[in-house]
This record gives sequence, C-alpha cells and structure tokens, in this order.
Amino acid sequence: MAEVLVLVDHLDGEIKKSTFELLTAARALGEPSAVVVGPAGSAGKLSEGLKAHGAAKIYIAETDSSDFLTPQVSVLASLVESKDPAAVLIGVSADGKEIAGRLAIKTNSALLGDVVGVSPEGGTHSVFGGAFIAEAKANTGHPVFTLRPGSVEVEQADGAGAEETVEVPAASGRSATVQSREPVTGGDRPELTEASVIVSGGRGVGSAEQFSVVEGLADSLGAAVGASRAAVDSGFYPHQFQVGQTGKTVSPQLYIALGISGAIQHRAGMQTSKTIIAVNKDPEAPIFEIADFGVVGDLFKVAPQLQEEVTKRKN
Amino acid sequence: MNIVVLVKQVPDTYSERKLSSGDHTLDRDATDAVLDEIDERAVESALQLKEANDGSEVTVVAMGPDRATDAIRKALSMGADKAVHLSDEALHGSCAVQTTKALAKVIGTLGEVDLILAGNEASDGRIGAIPAMVADVLGLPSLTHARELTVDGSTVTVRRETDDGVTVLSTELPAVVSVNEKINEPRYPSFKGIMAAKKKPVTTLTLADAGIDASEVGLASALTTVTSSQPKPPKSGGEKVEDEGDGGAKIAQFLVGQKLI
Repeated sequence: MAEVLVLVDHLDGEIKKSTFELLTAARALGEPSAVVVGPAGSAGKLSEGLKAHGAAKIYIAETDSSDFLTPQVSVLASLVESKDPAAVLIGVSADGKEIAGRLAIKTNSALLGDVVGVSPEGGTHSVFGGAFIAEAKANTGHPVFTLRPGSVEVEQADGAGAEETVEVPAASGRSATVQSREPVTGGDRPELTEASVIVSGGRGVGSAEQFSVVEGLADSLGAAVGASRAAVDSGFYPHQFQVGQTGKTVSPQLYIALGISGAIQHRAGMQTSKTIIAVNKDPEAPIFEIADFGVVGDLFKVAPQLQEEVTKRKN
Repeated sequence: MNIVVLVKQVPDTYSERKLSSGDHTLDRDATDAVLDEIDERAVESALQLKEANDGSEVTVVAMGPDRATDAIRKALSMGADKAVHLSDEALHGSCAVQTTKALAKVIGTLGEVDLILAGNEASDGRIGAIPAMVADVLGLPSLTHARELTVDGSTVTVRRETDDGVTVLSTELPAVVSVNEKINEPRYPSFKGIMAAKKKPVTTLTLADAGIDASEVGLASALTTVTSSQPKPPKSGGEKVEDEGDGGAKIAQFLVGQKLI
C-alpha cells in the first residue's frame, strides 16, 4: 500500500489533536507515515500516540536549525522524492499552510488547501464559509493537502510505528531566522477551531464587561468563546476570537449565538456547525434562518438560565 | 527602498458569493469587488516605510481580470506610486502554484526589489500561503503574519503573531513580508490622492509581456481541477420560541433531546 506522509504538529512533547485527524484521514489514501521534525529528543515522547493512531512508520528528523519552517519543508520534499508517497497531509494552521505551499512549489505538486475531506479522487472544499461544496482533484503525483481541523472524527488504529531517522537537507535558498518564540499557552478553555461546543457573543452583549455572560455559559458547557465581527470591532472581545469570514471558520457540534444578528460575514464562519442555537431580541434577525432552535428574548435572562440548567444536569 | 505590494481584488465579504456553474471558478460578475481589506494594510505598511526612507518607491502588483483596475486605483489613491497589472484571459482558472509562479515572473520584470509586501491571506481563498510560496520561487526568505515590521538598514525584523503564538523573525533584504490584520489602520484616500491616482502609471502586462508561456497558466494546465461544485442547500431554520421566562430551560430541553448535554 502506498505511503501517505503526515506532518506531525507537536509542542513540548504533546501531539496536537489535528495530527490525529490527519492520521485518520490518511488511512483513506494509504498507509500513514508520521513525519516528526523538531529538536533532538522530540520524537521519543510522541511515538506512542502516533502508533495508537495508525502510523505505520515514523520518520524522525532532528534539528537545532533556527531557519523558519525551512527544515520541515526540506525534510518533506526529500521524503516526497525518495518515497514517492500517494499524498502529503498537513493540518491547517498558519505554519501548516505555509509549509504546504512551499512544499508544493518545491515538489511541483498539486496543492489542495483547506479541505474538509480527502479521498483517493481528491479533496472536498467548503467554499465561502460553507455556502458551496466543491470537489477538486489533483493532476500531479504526491498532492499536498491541508486539512481543516475538526473536519474528521479521530479514530484510533494500531500502527507498527517503525522509526527511521532522516537527515535534514541543506536549504537551497535563504531563510528567515527565528530570534525568539513564545507559544501561546492556551487558557483553560478549548481552542476555538478545535472546540466541539462554542458560545459566541455579538453586538447585543453590549460591552466588554458583559461578555462575562457569554464566558459563564461557555465554561458551564466546557466550550470555547467566540465573538462576531461587530462585537470585536466594538472592542468587546479580542480579535483572535472572531468567528466569520475575516476571522475563524468553525464547525463545532454545537454553536450558541448570543445577541448575534447573523450577517453573511458571520454566517460564513459558522453555518456548517452541526447544531445552532440562537438567542436574539429581534425576531427578524437572520441568525434565526439557520438556527435549529431559536429564542426571541433577552440574552441576559436566557443565557444565565441555560447555564443554571446545564450546571444542574452536570451535578 | 524599492517596495512592491501584492494586492488582490476579491468579492466583498458582505455580499453573497457564488461559483460559476460551468467551470466552478469564482463568479466575479455576481458579486461586488473590492480591494481585499488585508491588502490595504500591506499598502499602508509600504507607505509608512516609504515615508521613513527618502527616495523610496512603492509599486503595486496585481493579477486578475480587467476590472481589478479598481482595486489598483484604490491602492494608488492611498499613495502608492505606480502599478503593474497582469491581465490575460489565459490566466483564468490558474491554481495556486501557477498563480505564484506568474506573480514571481511579474516581480522579475521590476528590476531590483528590496521588499515585497502582501496581505497574509486573501478573504476569497484559503491557501493562505501565496506570499511564502512567491518567496520560495524567488529564493527569498519569507516573514509572514507580521504584526510589527521594522527595517533597519538592510535588516528586516518582524513580530509574527498567529493563533499559535509569537515568533520574532529577522533576515537581510531583499525579503517577502506578509502582514496580519493588526499591523496598522490603513489610511483613507484623500480627495487629492484620488485625483492624483488617476494620473499615476498603470502598466498592463499580458502573459507574453511578463515572459510567461501560456502553457504554464490557466484552467487547462492547472495542477488541481475542481470537478464539481454545488451550493449547499441552505440550512433551514428550526423551531423559534418567544422567551416567556423559560427560554433558557427550553434550550436546555432541546439540547437534552439532541443528546448535546
């Protein structure tokens, strides 16, 4: 069976959930080979998790290079050449997209970016925030896919996890140099793009202080907190939590919209959510057109009551 | 400094966007088109560098159909000096790799360039890596998602901010830098700027002008092909109730019914 290269996203010995999604998706195309690029000793802590998710091989490239993303690109490019894989899968993130794009240039491969599904025929794109579904195929060998987090349900599978050390080839062009790095140490809440439940607030929340209502409900559900562009532009909540065309695209199991009218801008970032709940004072708000259950009312009354019910059920 | 800014005309994200039924490309006629917001910030960065470095010139580069001139004029009215517009029917349907190589060829026609600026990601595509890809084709370093950008002599330093954290990157010019949405607030074009923009030179290049062979671009030789596209049936609204003091409880009931709590 053909190999499928999966780039492992890891930080401090922890594998990101998106990598398990890639390993799951890769099995539809062939046999997953995990590719670990990182400082000496990184692979040791990762192999167990990779094996448990079906990695037949684990390629390990250790490097102390401060070249920005170039080691990842070079290692993948040399593996593409030596192993002729059926495909390369990389998770959608700022780094992942860049590695994928540069790899496609280096190996002259089809680049299928931000897909929500992969098959031997190609990839599925969810375009314009889910308003369109498009199927695309690659016209080259070893296509490079970036897969949107949350698109695939992780399934465990036993893999042999045979380890193989690979060299980091010398870079061909100049690279930017990493001077320092401060990874985000996530708060207690799940990451917006990985969360299975999201509670978002809009202009109707009214102020930064009052966002505590949104946060309270989110915490009772173990959810991530999101915000509409209107709320972010009004300074109620930081931009990194913005859901919508100019923010994050999310697709959780449950999306609760509080005081969000549902402009196209916002819907483009969340309308593929499995279940949508909306609370808004305005019965004509467009968010109700896509909500599975809507309450016309004051979010400051409805949200705390819901929070209370959720907490009651938990105990 | 000789600064190039890559800009793109995109469908307004406040309008409804469509794919054409024939070849599954963007239906550009169906939507309002604007200069991508993130590109305005890239232009602003270029203008700030120009103002700080005497004798600098800012050139806008765009690839797209004829009407992309509107986006180019917007950048010129903000204060860019001149523009180059790669416009050729044969470009229609080009994939990301082809687009990158075409842009690199156009940049190659501009002589010595010190800095290439771009937005980090267009709002109508999700590749989000074109600046880094252009850099790789040109053999230049890429410093992406800049929240802060400083040029000191021949050294460029960028504070790269993404969801995953902050990375400080530096390199020697020439280099490619992409900016994120927090880097600055783009200026509004002044009336004077708008009038001046009408007289600024916009060079339109065909593929031949840019030294691009027609077989390297376009739908027919693209590395990816969209085989089908369809509008997703709009999600229909479900139950809607008035809050009569039990709205929260009713949502809880619904969620229990769906096994969500």
